[in-house]
Parts: sequence; C-alpha cells; structure tokens
Amino acid sequence: MVDQLAIQADGLKKVYGSGNTEVVAMEHASMKVARGEIVALLGPSGSGKSTFLTAVGLINPPSSGSIKIGGQVVLNGPKPIVDLKEFRRKHIGFVFQKANLIPFLSALENVQIALEINGHSPKDSRSRALELLNELGMADRSSNLPSMLSGGQQQRVAISRALANNPAVILADEPTAALDSHLGRQVMELFRDIAHKHGTGVIVVTHDQRALDVFDAIYEMEDGIIKLSQQ
Amino acid sequence: MNLAVKDIRHNLGRFILTSVGIGMLLMVVMGMGGIYRGIIEDATLLIDKMGGDIWIVQENTRGPFAELSRIPQNLTHRALSVPGVTVARSFVQHTVQRQHNGKRLRMTVVGLDWPMDKGQWVSLLSGRILNQNHYEMIADKSLGLDLGEKIKLGKNTYAVVGITSSMISSGGDGIGFFTVSDAISIQFDSPGEAVRLERAARSARVKKSDIGLKQPSLIEFSSQASSLLPALASPQVSSVILKLSPAANIKQVMGIIEGWEDVSVYTSEDERQLLLKGSVAKVRKQIGLFRILLTIISAIIMALILYTLTLDKLHSIALLKLIGASNWVTLKLILQQALILGGTGYGIAYFLGQKIFPLFPRRVILSAEDLIQLAIIVFIISILSSFLGIWRALQVEPNEALN
Repeated sequence: MVDQLAIQADGLKKVYGSGNTEVVAMEHASMKVARGEIVALLGPSGSGKSTFLTAVGLINPPSSGSIKIGGQVVLNGPKPIVDLKEFRRKHIGFVFQKANLIPFLSALENVQIALEINGHSPKDSRSRALELLNELGMADRSSNLPSMLSGGQQQRVAISRALANNPAVILADEPTAALDSHLGRQVMELFRDIAHKHGTGVIVVTHDQRALDVFDAIYEMEDGIIKLSQQ
Repeated sequence: MNLAVKDIRHNLGRFILTSVGIGMLLMVVMGMGGIYRGIIEDATLLIDKMGGDIWIVQENTRGPFAELSRIPQNLTHRALSVPGVTVARSFVQHTVQRQHNGKRLRMTVVGLDWPMDKGQWVSLLSGRILNQNHYEMIADKSLGLDLGEKIKLGKNTYAVVGITSSMISSGGDGIGFFTVSDAISIQFDSPGEAVRLERAARSARVKKSDIGLKQPSLIEFSSQASSLLPALASPQVSSVILKLSPAANIKQVMGIIEGWEDVSVYTSEDERQLLLKGSVAKVRKQIGLFRILLTIISAIIMALILYTLTLDKLHSIALLKLIGASNWVTLKLILQQALILGGTGYGIAYFLGQKIFPLFPRRVILSAEDLIQLAIIVFIISILSSFLGIWRALQVEPNEALN
C-alpha cells in the first residue's frame, strides 16, 4: 500500500531561529496523499500552510520529521537522504498563486524549459510541451508570451509546466486566488482531472471554500498542526 | 533553449540601446588605440618609406624628425666616397603655414633630391611624380589642394602635379613633396626689401674692411645675389640619406662617417627609435594611459549594466531554481548575455568607427593587431563584468519565487 502513496509526511516540525527568538512554525504535521488523489489544505493566514508546502516541496526542508515521495524516503530527520534539488526537479511540480511564468518565454517555452532542465532534448521537450498544452486546451496559445494570456490561461500553462516531468506530486499554493470564481472552479477541476488521469498526488493550499467538493480529502491546519477534516 | 537570447529578444529595445552605449564607449577605446597607432605611423612614415639605410645629420642632433638639423648640401659627395655607399640623397623637411585662397594652409615641406628621387615611392591617388627640378609639387589630399591647382609659396608658384593620401608628418600636418632646391627656396625665402637691405649692409661691411679699401670692385661684387658669391656657403639641408650596396657592412660604413667631426650618423632603425622615444613618446604614453582608463571605465559600466539586467531577472532566476535548474543554467544565462553585449558593442564600435574616424583631423588607424587585442580585452571584461551579476544570481533562493 505504501507504494500507492504519492507523498507521505510524518511528524514534520519546522523551527525558525533559536533560543529566545525560536519560533515553531509547524509541529507534528503529517499527511498522506495517494497517487491520483487531490487534497485541499485549508487554514487561516499564518497557520503554517506555506511552511508545510515548502517543506514537502523540499524548498525549505523541515527541522525534523520524515518525507517519502513516490515510495522513496527523501528526508528522515534534518539531513536529506537524496539530492533535494535533483529530486525536486524530477518528482515534484509546483503551481503558485500567481502563475509565475518566465516573462521572456512563450507559453510553449515555459513548459519546454522544465523538460530541458531535466535533461530532455530540445526536440523531445518541445513535442512533449505541445502535447501538455494541447491537453490543457492551450495549444492555440502556445506561442504567446505570458503577458498576452489571461490569468486562467497563465495558470493552465503553469499546470502544464508542473506536469512536464510526470511528477509524483503537484503542490499548488492558492492557485485560484487571482481568479474569479468561475475560472477558479475550472482550475480546481482541472487539478482533479489531472490527478485522476495521471495518477499524480495533488495538494492544494486554498482559502476558496466554493470548490471544496472537487477534493478527495480536506485537511485543515491551525497553529502549525494539520488535521484531517473530511474524506 | 538559449535563455540569454530569449531574454534579449523580449527586451530588444533596451538591449539595442545598451549595446549602442557600450559600443560608443568601446569606439572611443578603439579610437584611442587608432589615434595612438596613427601617431606612430605618421611619425615613422617618411623613415619607413624613404628606404635609406643610414641618416647623416648635424653633429650632436637627433635628426630632422626630432630637432633642427643643418648640414651642407655637398655632404652627399663626401658620403659617396665612402666604400659601400651607392646612393647619397639630400633631404629637407620643414613646416610652413601660409594663406591660400583665403584659408590657412599648414604643410610639412619635404624636399626630394631630384632627379635621383622624383617621389617614385610615394603612392599616388592621381597625377604623376615630379618631372622637373622646379615649380612642381605632390600634395597629400589632407591639404585640400586639387590636381593642377597652383599655389604661391614665397616668390614662386608651384603646380600640384600629384595627389597622395595618408602622407602626414609627425606633427599631423599633410606633406607637400618638392625638389630639394624648391624646398630650400621656400624655407629661406626673404622679402625683397630684406634682400635689398642685406645686400646694402653687406656692401657697407666690405667698404669698412681692409679688403674693401684695397679692392673697391669687391664692394660692387658683394651686393650681388648670395648664390653668386662663392664666399658664402650654399643653403643647408636637413640630412643626407645613404643607401648601401647589399655587400656593404653597415657598421663599417657608420664607423667611417662617425669619424667625421661635423656630423652624427644613425641607421634608419636608430632614427625610428629616436623619434618614438623622443617627441612621440609622451603623446604615446598619454594616450596609452587614457586608453587603460577607458577600458576600466567600460568594464565598470558593463558590470553595472549586467548587474541591473540580473536584478530584473531575479524572480525568473528563482523560478528556474525552484523547478530544479542548476546554478550553471543561471550562470550561463548571465555570462552569455555579457558576451553577446560585449560582442554586439564591439561590432557597433567597429561599424561606427569606420564611419566616424575618417572625419578626424588626424589619422586613426585600426590595425588588425589592435582590433584583435581589443576583441580579447572586450571578451575578458565581458566575463569579468558578469561576475557581479553571477554573484547576485547565486544568492537567489528558490523560495523567492513564492513571494
């Protein structure tokens, strides 16, 4: 069953500073997301959602705890077991509140670069990037620069980029915050479809209560502690 | 995918403006090198072109290019008697500044020992060499004289029979080639009144002397033209140039001439070095130092530009790092932009230089050697100036993309 998990985080703790200035941003944070499952992480601002996301995303590793991604232990305690940058590149996809596309690259190139960085040839990268944009209904906008795309279109390109390297898990930090409710729902549904179709585990940090029916499980976070609220 | 090129394309207007700025700065560096080379070329032009082996000049002087030198014209006969000497030519050089057609005309007058030297070695743009001993000249085009134009210098009028180019003296004045006798006439020309007064004074001096009292006919004789008086020396020349036979030993020939107590003797290379270490040396050093300063300023400006360009891309760099790009990807992006900027700037500098430098009053010579040297310098400063940007890019953390 363990191999069926896209991500398993156990007892994550993140401490900033030391001594009198020590701040515990997250404690005993645990979560399991199966392959093909989409979960929401809710919580008020400052509850530690982003800390959790950057910890499991291996951007800002936790002070203690363990993380297993795609069945592989990547972190057990403060020291990483794998090369975090390389692992992140191959197994984790990110989507942010703002689409965070590189402004001087076209939609196609924004997806292509993620593949090229991972060692794919420019030709293969291009064809795979086109395939992904096509899947997300963006093929006709592939040559457009981000500034020529709407917010929803930019998020689709960002999702295509996150999917580029067939990651075990996609981490999305408030991906619909900059979109209207209709577009926001469309994007959430897109995440669900991707999770189910590609077998990717998707964690979405959100404040948006209107599309919670899309998720397979909902977690809530408060004062650095995660609780499963609905499954 | 070349991120550097993609970024440049996206900000093409800014890149072009920046490149033009860098290009103009590099053009100045290139121009300073060209001016430096031009000064050396102009200074050594006659020594190199006239093809002499040995220069005889006035005792204890450094020759006509460094200071005033006066030796008798008939020294050529004495020099020809030295074994190994095949040709001895008189050489005259001086500068005149006159009015011509209402404009100031400053010219270096060079006297050629006609008919031995008719100016065959001068590369002509149009016209011909000097075909007669008087009243003809070959003019450098920088003097602004046309073929067939007549110019009055002293009491005589000279016709421009040939036009040449890039024949500039070490002082930066265009050269006019005349025969030695015409060059001397121009140099020693005196107004009619001055000649009459000198003759009257000469007669008065003879009248007062014993010989004048004993031989009264001498008083009348002394009032004739100077050239008719055997007691007066003929006008002097600047130097005598010797050509040796291939079998001659230059050291032996120089040893003989050095034994004469009224002259100094130099090889052409000595004359060249005297010139470069003398009058040209300070200008050369000044321009060289100025060039070094400009190169440093260019490097600093390039570094600041690249740093600013990097600051503009920090978010993209953080994003690249977040999706797993290695430091090499960002380092390559900045380094390539630095090299493209440097290369484009260099190209613009060369292009603008080709258009602008010919308008300068003095020659600006872009030699292949100097251009390659500057290309290497630009390559190095492009790399060095990218270090600041690279350093900043390496400080960027992936999570900065989340902000």
